[in-house]
Amino acid sequence: MILKNLLSEKRAAILERWFEMVLDSYPVDTSSFLKQQKNQFANPVGAAISQGINGIFEELLSGKDSDTISTFLDNIIRVRAVQDFTPSQAVAFIFHLKKVIREELEKEISENQLSDELFAIEARIDKMAMLSFDIYVKCREKIYDIKANELRNMTFRLLQRANLICELSEPEQALIDSKNLNVKRKEVTK
Amino acid sequence: MAKLEKPEELIKIDYTPHKKDWMDTPVEFKEGMYCWGAKGKDLKILDFPNARDWSPKEEDWKLPENWKDTILEAMADRLSKYRSFRLFMDICVRCGACADKCHFFIGGGDPKNMPVLRAELMRSVYRKYHTTGGKIFGKTAGARELTLDVLKEWWYYFYQCTECRRCSVFCPYGIDTAEITMMGREFMNLLGLNTGWISGPVANCYMKGNHLGLEPHAIMNSIEGMIDDIETITGIRINPSFNRKGAEILFVTPSGDLFADPGTFTCMGYLMLFHELGIDYTWSTYASEGGNFGFFTSNETAKRLNSKIYAEAKRLGVKWIIGGECGHMWRVLSQYMDTWNGPADFLEVPKSPITGTVFDNAKSMKMVHVAEFTADLIKHGKIKLNPGRNDNLKVTYHDSCNTARGMGLLEEPRYIINNVCNHFYEMPDNTIREQTFCCGSGTGLNASENMDLRMRGGLPRANAVKHVRDQHGVNMLANICAIDRATLSASMDYWVPGVKVTGVHELVANALIMKGEKDRETDLRGEPLPGKEGKE
Repeated sequence: MILKNLLSEKRAAILERWFEMVLDSYPVDTSSFLKQQKNQFANPVGAAISQGINGIFEELLSGKDSDTISTFLDNIIRVRAVQDFTPSQAVAFIFHLKKVIREELEKEISENQLSDELFAIEARIDKMAMLSFDIYVKCREKIYDIKANELRNMTFRLLQRANLICELSEPEQALIDSKNLNVKRKEVTK
Repeated sequence: MAKLEKPEELIKIDYTPHKKDWMDTPVEFKEGMYCWGAKGKDLKILDFPNARDWSPKEEDWKLPENWKDTILEAMADRLSKYRSFRLFMDICVRCGACADKCHFFIGGGDPKNMPVLRAELMRSVYRKYHTTGGKIFGKTAGARELTLDVLKEWWYYFYQCTECRRCSVFCPYGIDTAEITMMGREFMNLLGLNTGWISGPVANCYMKGNHLGLEPHAIMNSIEGMIDDIETITGIRINPSFNRKGAEILFVTPSGDLFADPGTFTCMGYLMLFHELGIDYTWSTYASEGGNFGFFTSNETAKRLNSKIYAEAKRLGVKWIIGGECGHMWRVLSQYMDTWNGPADFLEVPKSPITGTVFDNAKSMKMVHVAEFTADLIKHGKIKLNPGRNDNLKVTYHDSCNTARGMGLLEEPRYIINNVCNHFYEMPDNTIREQTFCCGSGTGLNASENMDLRMRGGLPRANAVKHVRDQHGVNMLANICAIDRATLSASMDYWVPGVKVTGVHELVANALIMKGEKDRETDLRGEPLPGKEGKE
């Protein structure tokens, strides 16, 4: 795999450009902060992106499909899912990698006729993009869950004290779950 | 924040047109970033101006015709009344030391959440109407007219500040940005531009004594439920008193502890501790709220809501007051209550009936934080503890902004945790103590509709928790604030799944060996104690 070797050689340049491109999606004042502040606790967003793209790149080179890739993608997407981005903007960073690779290795790819290898690498990036979309949706669903849970928790004790909630036996609970219902209302007979 | 670009960065020419200056970038209301508007009925209860239902999403905010005069007159009035406000408007040199210290900026990336720029939203108006340079040179001197767009921008961003004061720690001039936000909210309060999440609890508190609007029987009923649970767990029946005249101590806690988990477990902790000590204390269903959401509307409202604490202490004839675990409650108590509603000369300087310690730090205010009280008990060996009962927990401690930066309560909670738990791990230095990161949901921003904002603001704190979870297996985040207990649970759920949230006194009660207790099988949450797993 000539291309993999080239990618490995140019790792530093590719990662730097990719990092810059991701940060360019933020306002100028913000991106300069995200780039300059190196302390991971003072700058968790910059750290998540930097560590995340490093990890993703390593996974790409390794050629293996592992769970680790989801973790790296999750660390970045979880942040971008609550920032000022549309869904497509939030996950667009993964496609930037294609652009960076093509631009950084343009000469080598044409000289060595590596289009097949490039296609294989890009197919892997596309797969990561699909995974990214799944992660993004999960993050947003989590937000909706948290909102719903907060409301439920706020009223739970009140309903409990007012005797409007009943405990379910396990078979009953299984029945409810199977019908995709979470709450069973007890009729007030008073 | 220095902006020296590297040569290779300078050489890059950007052909895209430059984005507009911040002053020319109108505010855009984004879903998930703001709370719903106040309800007219709540504003009416409080005699707040311009009581009507309104929505920030609508173009028409139903403002009175003279809204601009109202704000400018209020600004002139507060500038003459509060020297700090004028100073904070004048002395900022825009050095940028605060810029990257705000959790909303760090987590969200919106430049208008840099404290310097958020304050600039108001300073620009101040310059236009109160400085010669601003009057003559206008925009060149960083001044601008107060327009409807500016007002909307104020509303959007002054409700994206939790008054946590982390930025102030780094300001070389000591500018307290929280006070600027407080002023912003106070001005908007004059136009009825409150949020529902704040004005609802304030109205409840005004009418019924607490944010949740719990009437006396509901408070007692809730505590009775806890007493039943305590009896199931320990075999001991506790009989606290309510509104009892002649008690030595009045106990006041945030009402969040009375109804919502995990605050209720903290509340059970107080009940168990006070019972074990046998101290002469009473709860009050009148002064049934330690928190003060009025603090997020106006100075006068905060004062009005706060007055019931001393009034109740006087009515009951107690000697002094203990306050529960809460954040902003303590900023209000330790920095404002005495001036607003004091002097509490009818009370005595707090003295622990168990250890004899005199709390000189509360000599004037006459109110002691329960963490101070408990730390003193432990220091004197007055309670029996079995920290092994918390061995299933690996605990870290989140300093609440107001108790840490507002009153310097840094050591006591740690001292307690270290005595009631065997596994305690600190988060990194630049995220705790005076530099602690806000939960992201304080100052009445703990609604659900602004969840995106809360998650952004909660990221820096959660990121530090994640670090200790990954390094040490931390699974419990302790704190001494009711809002933290409610909101960090959501933040952990999103950012650091697997970490739960607890009040410090829940940990105390788990470890507390009570006289005559049965062999405990579970902790206060009904989970098996270490070594008791698998037993029914």
